[in-house]
Amino acid sequence: MTPSAETAPILELKGIRKRFGAVVVADGIDLSVREGEALGILGPNGAGKTTLFGMVTGTVRPDAGRVLFEGRDVTALSPARRCRQGMARSFQVPQPFAGLTVFENLVAAASFGAGEGERATYDRCADILERCGLMAQANGRAGGLRLLDRKRLELARALATRPKLLLLDEVAGGLTEQECAVLVDLVREVRAGGVTVVWIEHVLHALVAVANRVVVLHGGRLIAEGRADEVVRIPAVAEVYMGIPMDA
Amino acid sequence: MSAIHVAHGTRASRIGLPLFLVLLAVLAAAPWWTDRQGMRLLGEIYAYAALASLWNLLAGYAGLVTVGQQAFVGLGAYALFSLSLLLGLNPLWGIPAAGLVAALAAVPVAALTFRLRGAYFAIGTWVVAEVFRLFAAQFTALGGGSGTSLPASVVASIASGRAAREQLLYWLALGLAVLVLLAILLLLRSRHGLALAAIRDNEVAARSCGIEVDRTRLVVFVLASACAAMVGALIFLQKLRISPDAAFSVNDWTALVIFIAVIGGIGRVEGPLIGTAIFFLLRETLSQLGSLYLMVLGAVAIAVMLFAPRGLWGVLADRLGWQVFPLARRLEARPPMLSTSSLREPS
Repeated sequence: MTPSAETAPILELKGIRKRFGAVVVADGIDLSVREGEALGILGPNGAGKTTLFGMVTGTVRPDAGRVLFEGRDVTALSPARRCRQGMARSFQVPQPFAGLTVFENLVAAASFGAGEGERATYDRCADILERCGLMAQANGRAGGLRLLDRKRLELARALATRPKLLLLDEVAGGLTEQECAVLVDLVREVRAGGVTVVWIEHVLHALVAVANRVVVLHGGRLIAEGRADEVVRIPAVAEVYMGIPMDA
Repeated sequence: MSAIHVAHGTRASRIGLPLFLVLLAVLAAAPWWTDRQGMRLLGEIYAYAALASLWNLLAGYAGLVTVGQQAFVGLGAYALFSLSLLLGLNPLWGIPAAGLVAALAAVPVAALTFRLRGAYFAIGTWVVAEVFRLFAAQFTALGGGSGTSLPASVVASIASGRAAREQLLYWLALGLAVLVLLAILLLLRSRHGLALAAIRDNEVAARSCGIEVDRTRLVVFVLASACAAMVGALIFLQKLRISPDAAFSVNDWTALVIFIAVIGGIGRVEGPLIGTAIFFLLRETLSQLGSLYLMVLGAVAIAVMLFAPRGLWGVLADRLGWQVFPLARRLEARPPMLSTSSLREPS
């Protein structure tokens, strides 16, 4: 699905502010994501990207501002309710349900996140495991997975909730080129299925391959916006993100 | 037809479950093969198996490590004595009524203690239990701090004759333990069992997967409290006497219960049952050693925590794949259907 100017915004952030003591991580952020879009979020470490995801999904409460999902104000809703409305996220540091099997991780997410009866989720969960390359580990404890498989599980579990909006937090970090290519194909496939993707990523080539628009977050503000290949050439972005001085 | 199928049982559970049912049938027939003392001991074993299973449900599945289970054991006992002595309710009806009272009391207790996390929650539940004990000690209608006994007329209303009463209470104790176990199994077999395990493993991720963490925990806490209260009511109905120190004893109804769950294995339904068997084996063989017996219990607990932190059943289950109750969800490929050609006689 290709977004156009006519598609409605699925996610809108209006005047989002958040500070932890003296550190400002969101300083009046306004952002709109259209249905079917793939938005990349760039920014140096500590820019507030993961906190922004927390505020979108409800695990972090903003000091001010509103979060709208499909036009409805969800700022006061719990993370669980936002998930059931169609928001799913992966975590930067994988957070598996370690004592459950990989398959059970997906069944839990599908039956609560998508609100389906447990038995009704089995086929779909098996299908997601197959697509994410986790079928061989289906009956193994999630706590025993290696890093790549943990990252795959993050994505698979988010997909199990039947998301309309998928928030990916550095899922490509630590992967080899080959593994990264597999992941990019998978995210493209998800997007082609009509899911809106917002992706925080430091692995630029992965992000460029998927995102049709990129924003850059720095010091709690969005400092640049545009096509991925254009944005990284903006001098201010090169300075804050890659450490290249503007006069170089 | 779907190409996959989800199996709940394993080969071990297909053997273990029938053996467990045979054991239950043998125990149900205990009044015909053991004496009064034996029935009393078995009744005590059932009570501890139930309490340890409930503590395991809270700590091992819902991540609620409570040190205040005695609050609901004592509340159940006091509810039964109050309803029987003050309102004239038959003590047998007092058992479910005690469960109801505890379920109602568990809601404000949860509202208070769920604000706390980890060790603070554990201490908080203990404080609540102490408050309950102090309230009971002020309850002069039931003897205040020194407690009271059930009068002969109330005792007689349970059953005609001592032998009949002890048999009835024995079956009630077995039935209640089975009921508690069944309730736990049904809960864990449902999707709410997955939610509990998810909450235990990662609360933030569980919330992000659509699981209502606080509501799920509240439901389990209320259920466990109601069941603990019914067990407590039955324990003191067998004793026929109650006092605040006995009913709200942290040693008897929580410390020993934690010991049982730890040595058996937390986070597995079989763990507390095995732990109960080991505890009573140690108690019945070593209790004449006095304080040395308590030192042996401590040494066993330390050894298990150091060398088998998942408990004795945890070691067996991990190494041998043993499982009595079919709670797993194993994804398996469905065997291909026989084609008609494979059914033909060879030419």
